[in-house]
Amino acid sequence: MISLAGRDILHAWGKFVFTGIGLGLLIGVTLTMAGVYRGMVDDAHVLLDNSGADLWVVQQDTLGPYAESSSIYDDTYRGILGMTGVVRAANVTYLTMQVRQTGVAVQRDVRAMVVGITPEGPGHPGQPSYLVAGRHITRGHYEAVADIATGFALGDRIQIRRNLFTVVGLTRRMVSSGGDPMVFIPLKDAQEAQFLKDNDAIVRQRARTAENQELNRPGVPGLLEALIASQSTNPYVNAVLVQIQPGADPETVAEPIRRWKRLTVYTRAQMQEILIAKLIATSAKQIGMFLVILAIVSAAVVAFIIYTLTLGKIREIAVLKLIGTKNRTISAMILQQSVALGLIGFIVGKIVATFWAPIFPKYVLLEPGDALRGFVAVMIICVLASIVAIRAALNVDPAEAIGG
Amino acid sequence: MDNQHPEISAQGIRIEALSKRYGHGDTAVDALKHVDLSVAPGEVVGLIGPSGSGKSTLLKCLGAVIEPSTGRMMLGNEVIYDNKWKIKDLRALRRDKIGFVFQAPYLIPFLNVTDNIALLPMLAGQSNREARKQAVELLEALDVGHRATAMPSQLSGGEQQRVAIARGLVNRPPVILADEPTAPLDSERALAVIRILNDMARKFETAIIVVTHDEKIIPTFKRIYNIRDGVTYEEKGEGRNFT
Repeated sequence: MISLAGRDILHAWGKFVFTGIGLGLLIGVTLTMAGVYRGMVDDAHVLLDNSGADLWVVQQDTLGPYAESSSIYDDTYRGILGMTGVVRAANVTYLTMQVRQTGVAVQRDVRAMVVGITPEGPGHPGQPSYLVAGRHITRGHYEAVADIATGFALGDRIQIRRNLFTVVGLTRRMVSSGGDPMVFIPLKDAQEAQFLKDNDAIVRQRARTAENQELNRPGVPGLLEALIASQSTNPYVNAVLVQIQPGADPETVAEPIRRWKRLTVYTRAQMQEILIAKLIATSAKQIGMFLVILAIVSAAVVAFIIYTLTLGKIREIAVLKLIGTKNRTISAMILQQSVALGLIGFIVGKIVATFWAPIFPKYVLLEPGDALRGFVAVMIICVLASIVAIRAALNVDPAEAIGG
Repeated sequence: MDNQHPEISAQGIRIEALSKRYGHGDTAVDALKHVDLSVAPGEVVGLIGPSGSGKSTLLKCLGAVIEPSTGRMMLGNEVIYDNKWKIKDLRALRRDKIGFVFQAPYLIPFLNVTDNIALLPMLAGQSNREARKQAVELLEALDVGHRATAMPSQLSGGEQQRVAIARGLVNRPPVILADEPTAPLDSERALAVIRILNDMARKFETAIIVVTHDEKIIPTFKRIYNIRDGVTYEEKGEGRNFT
């Protein structure tokens, strides 16, 4: 038996191909939206992976350091190091800001997450796990390792607040949960950057302190100087990253820290839950809504196109019915055309999504599983969309082929 | 191939006291009041009448597209209608035992000439190869064999109509219903179509009913059924030579 659908498609291939391309762009957008969501989830996982931590110790009753601000003393880690099951612990600060490149003809700003780390080499909590160029931070000040997504190169000079840093290493896929590339700098510099005031503010603060008789007592020499010195330093970090002994139960190690240090401790599973279920939940719902709308629009487009194509063949369908073609054969023709249109659209959509995904500023992760689910959804949509056209075709009276 | 229908082709088509009423009660319209008609195998008869006389309704009844109200229809020795359909699968009846030729050719635009014709035997279950072979033979018989692989849009009006006739004949139906087959054609081509229908009727022992308004071809029929107000009147035609 001749494939009526196939012959019709070959006969009007231009119409089908161009319609398929249009539908494909729509499907490409849908796949990309799914990829954006997957990218956000992957960014969250990458953030956790790259921290190299098993436990996150943060300020009590906060969801820090990624979802809420958290502030703990920078000597807390010493006590944690002495807890059972802890192998390594390191302070870390996180600050999202504009990082400016200097020493170039045209200055440019890059939105980045500045991470303050203890420069103790690879494998230490908070350290970038691998570099694609250069070396790790070895000095206590003014060196930086940047993600290549920042666009910085080795030897570039970047400005963070008032200090200048030299990029000594480059890394890859080190991003915040929001997708901003990371710039690693020594902890002390990061602490300064986080709390540093401008010179005028410092002068005014010192004057205020000196004028306060409670703080500047004539009978207590050295008190004012001590106070001013304490105001000029920042003894806080956002979190302590902890690595535990291999095979140790994270919850068992975390519990004494919560109990004795009066701090909140998150295991990796809990931190993952915070990042995915809380931090990107609204974005995920937003994307979900887009996916639903795009699916409805795709269905409407396919239904409209197939319906229009079918209406254009009413006379032929009447003739086919008159000469004894079964309804099943006519339905199959329309269904096959709808599925073929969906197939063309899906192939085009997958190709364009693959090509334009890397151009997106944020990470777009196109997973084969999503493509498969998308393919099944497109096929289901095409089958459903063909129902209207099939009903129209089956309602055609074969008598229409006979004049009068 | 089992579509020779010897029992039917021996008898042609016969209609007795056929009527068709549309609607009910006060709004009922009797489109056909009393139709008697018979066409022998190998015969071509004309069915003429003014607009609204019931020609199309009769054609639709004959084509098993609409159900008559009363009467009797026989294809060969088989009674297909006797106040109700006697055959369950009307679709198969149309496919296997009735050929159609329309006012416009209505060829399927996405199938080439051969496949337009071969589609019917394929629908009847024949193999593609056998169906195409049969189609090509018919095209040769109708002098359009050289256009076998062309698309309908590449044919002239006369060629399209000949292909449409081939499609009507391909399943060797005992009856062909031709609905104004010469309407879009000039005199020469119109007469050529009638000649082909006569040739095919004789060759395949097919009873052909040609509905027409066409003054050019009416004189070619030996027998004519004139339908007026739903009643058929048999008239002797001129049977003029159309060559």
